[in-house]
Amino acid sequence: MYRILQTVLVALILLTAIPTAGLRAQEPLRDLVNALGTAKLSNMDEHIAALAKSGDAKIVPVLEALGDGNLYARKADGQVFLTREDGANLTLTDPLSGESVGETPKGALQKIKVNNSVRRAVRAALGGLTLLSPDRNQRFKAAQSILQAPNADSLRTIENALAAEKDAAIRALLEQARATAILTSDRPREEKRQAVEILKQGGSREALSILSTALGTADETLKPDIEAALASIEQSEALWAAGQNVWYGLSLGSVLLLAAIGLAITFGVMGIINMAHGEMVMLGAYTTFLVQEIVRTSFPWLFDWSLAIALPLAFLVTGAVGLAIERGVIRFLYGRPLETLLATWGISLILQQAVRSIFGPTNREVGNPSWMSGAFELGGLTITWNRLWIIVFALTVFAGLLFLLKKTPLGLQMRAVTQNRRMASSMGIRTPVVDALTFALGSGIAGMAGVALSQIDNVSPNLGQGYIIDSFMVVVFGGVGNLWGTLVGAFSLGILNKFLEPYAGAVLGKILVLVLIILFIQKRPRGLFALKGRAVEA
Amino acid sequence: MTIRARVCGAFLAAALSTTAFNGAFAADDTIKVGILHSLSGTMAISETTLKDAMLMLIDEQNKKGGILGKKLEAVVVDPASDWPLFAEKARELISVDKVSAVFGCWTSVSRKSVLPVFEELNSILFYPVQYEGEESQRNVFYTGAAPNQQAVPAVDYLMENEEVERWVLAGTDYVYPRTTNKILEAYLISKGVKPEDIMINYTPFGHSDWQTIVSDIKKFGSAGKKTAVVSTINGDANVPFYKELANQGIKAEDIPVVAFSVGEEELAGLDTGPLVGHLAAWNYFQSVDNPANAEFIKTWKAYTKNDKRVTNDPMEAHYIGFNMWLKAVEKAGTTDTDAVLDAMVGISVPNLSGGYSTMMPNHHITKPVLIGEIQSDGQFETVWETPGLVVGDEWSDYLPDSKDLIADWRAPMSCGNFNIATGKCGGKGS
Repeated sequence: MYRILQTVLVALILLTAIPTAGLRAQEPLRDLVNALGTAKLSNMDEHIAALAKSGDAKIVPVLEALGDGNLYARKADGQVFLTREDGANLTLTDPLSGESVGETPKGALQKIKVNNSVRRAVRAALGGLTLLSPDRNQRFKAAQSILQAPNADSLRTIENALAAEKDAAIRALLEQARATAILTSDRPREEKRQAVEILKQGGSREALSILSTALGTADETLKPDIEAALASIEQSEALWAAGQNVWYGLSLGSVLLLAAIGLAITFGVMGIINMAHGEMVMLGAYTTFLVQEIVRTSFPWLFDWSLAIALPLAFLVTGAVGLAIERGVIRFLYGRPLETLLATWGISLILQQAVRSIFGPTNREVGNPSWMSGAFELGGLTITWNRLWIIVFALTVFAGLLFLLKKTPLGLQMRAVTQNRRMASSMGIRTPVVDALTFALGSGIAGMAGVALSQIDNVSPNLGQGYIIDSFMVVVFGGVGNLWGTLVGAFSLGILNKFLEPYAGAVLGKILVLVLIILFIQKRPRGLFALKGRAVEA
Repeated sequence: MTIRARVCGAFLAAALSTTAFNGAFAADDTIKVGILHSLSGTMAISETTLKDAMLMLIDEQNKKGGILGKKLEAVVVDPASDWPLFAEKARELISVDKVSAVFGCWTSVSRKSVLPVFEELNSILFYPVQYEGEESQRNVFYTGAAPNQQAVPAVDYLMENEEVERWVLAGTDYVYPRTTNKILEAYLISKGVKPEDIMINYTPFGHSDWQTIVSDIKKFGSAGKKTAVVSTINGDANVPFYKELANQGIKAEDIPVVAFSVGEEELAGLDTGPLVGHLAAWNYFQSVDNPANAEFIKTWKAYTKNDKRVTNDPMEAHYIGFNMWLKAVEKAGTTDTDAVLDAMVGISVPNLSGGYSTMMPNHHITKPVLIGEIQSDGQFETVWETPGLVVGDEWSDYLPDSKDLIADWRAPMSCGNFNIATGKCGGKGS
């Protein structure tokens, strides 16, 4: 029954569509756009090519919307619209005139499906269309996308754009695109040789990919040139790869430093084996999640500042939890390391399960503010912003902590208490208060680390577990009781790990690092920077 | 037993059921179903949802009047992501709570640890997660995908539609990714891919620093051939992996990543804007448009009282498994293990992707295979699906050790690893 109804309906639509199609014959562009609504995924690229051929700037927004999945066809008459989501409704815009057409419930429209190959076709078409746009950013993007998929057909377009282009960065991209296009064209050999030279000088990874493709199809006389160019690029790549490893090592080191620096206080300075340290990191990350959640619903314009707001809050929250743990449990267990270990491990399980019950077991989404997203190229290095900021942040926290310990009265008291408790007590220092504050400080710093780690890792109840072993490793390796040791320990472990990883793989690399540390501790039981003097024996 | 004795017994049971001992006696008027999913520890992230889904399914069935005139009663235990504890808890469910069937396990290692218990105590386990295959047990029904229902079609899709020639097989270092990658490697080589065009990489559980590997992938992908990543990365490591991909600017149009362990749940913790177009292969997506699925999603959101809760593939597998079990119990007229085991094979129930799934003699089910692309709203959009249903193949045809093996649990053969070359039951594996 349903089938029959459907057939009748389709027939009716077809009948009504024929006269309207006749009316719209004057508008070939609109027909092309509407044809997208009925196109199959497999022949979508032909439709896009047909649209691109029109060369009309009006179809740029249409293609953009198609790529972003915002192009819908109306089920009733097959008209295609640009849409914007608005609750359960979609706000429609006419694709060519850009006029608003009002709102329609989602059910009345059919989304035009896109997949990766359609997106590629859209990107290539847009590249050709916007290459002469007055907007610099748009031209830059166009040049980038044309570099992704240059072919002999687009050579003329590229050369026209190159003639008009003034911006040096875009020119460089276009030169590369032109060289690539020449390689696939039937231009004379000399011109191709120059193209190889240009690509070699560009020296990017894309050039490597382009040249190796060209090597397969090039004629014999050109092959030696291409091979030489490939060898030269590969050589410089190898050099950059070493630099890349150092950078990755520093970045991993900064994460280790952040995770370990709070522990350097509670374990390193106070000597408490605090198994709940990782959970403090996790609580910091959840504080960030809560702050972002409130910012998103109430103050969306503050989103880029959400981390700055979360930082002091995370410090206070985890500091307070740390204070409670110290006053409630740990202070009864001073001098009994095994019991402390068990008690704090129990606390860590309690905290994990509490978070799981409150926030649920699944990951929570913490967004990256815009200044922490993406990457930039520095020579042959790709540097991601979030990693860069985390390194800066880790070093800032380290410097701040060093200042606090060395230059403030509280720091002086902390050092006095840990070096000789009874002497400090006789000098009038209230040692229990200092103990509590020191533990709260260590926990608070772990919370701040959680804010940073929420940017690169899961925010889930298990977040802390992943860092607890590494943190202890760094502190023990660096030398218990020495902040500089933690710094050097974190960075050297990070770099060592990253240099081993390409050869040994991530799994074996980690094992090797662990074995090396064990051997090292055999040789130097007190770590890299051992404390000397009577305090050590106490 | 005389009528009087029975009445006496009933009175006694009624009297006792008001006391603290009601558990053991109430068993007479309810049918118990065990739920063996970790509610704490590392796997809680995935398994808690399945526990909720099972409770919802049981609840819904009880609203319809239960089964065989009795209500169903869920017995939930927490094996806490601890593999030996899975075996202990399974034993407890079967011997102490006397459950009729158990729905549970996620990781392959937890399944392997409970297998001997189910065999020894002769009970039934429904296992809802996609896994590496190479196994077929009398007491287990595998409602998740075998490699040929997920991995192989996904690779086919990339080969045909994206013309991929170079492959990165990246996985977490444990049995599922290792076996799946072994099968895929053999499959790719059989399709004419050169060994130097395959890069295999393993990382530890919970790996969080992906910088080196992502840049290796980038480098591997710049050899002038279209490259794709086949990811069997599991659990917590996925979020940092995808974050690094997004930050290093690897776009799906250039190097697509197809994942076998990333579903709607995993994406819930991610900003999927930069990941649009990366792929996943499953047998079900929440976005599948049909009335049964719409009803299921509605019930799920109402049951969890959370409008943002998503559904995923293993939930659908439990939905199928649970309905199959109900039908088999009805057919057998009893919850007795042997009778239900016999009744299960051949049972057909509707799945949520708009068709029917049937239990095959090898204790695996038929399913459609869907390939979906990640959308900016955290959902998948189906871009390809198999024209018909695919039968789960327990022993892979692409591995030399298992290509001669088949499983058939129907009467005369009753064997999980029958070797067609030697004509004997018993081969590699169990």
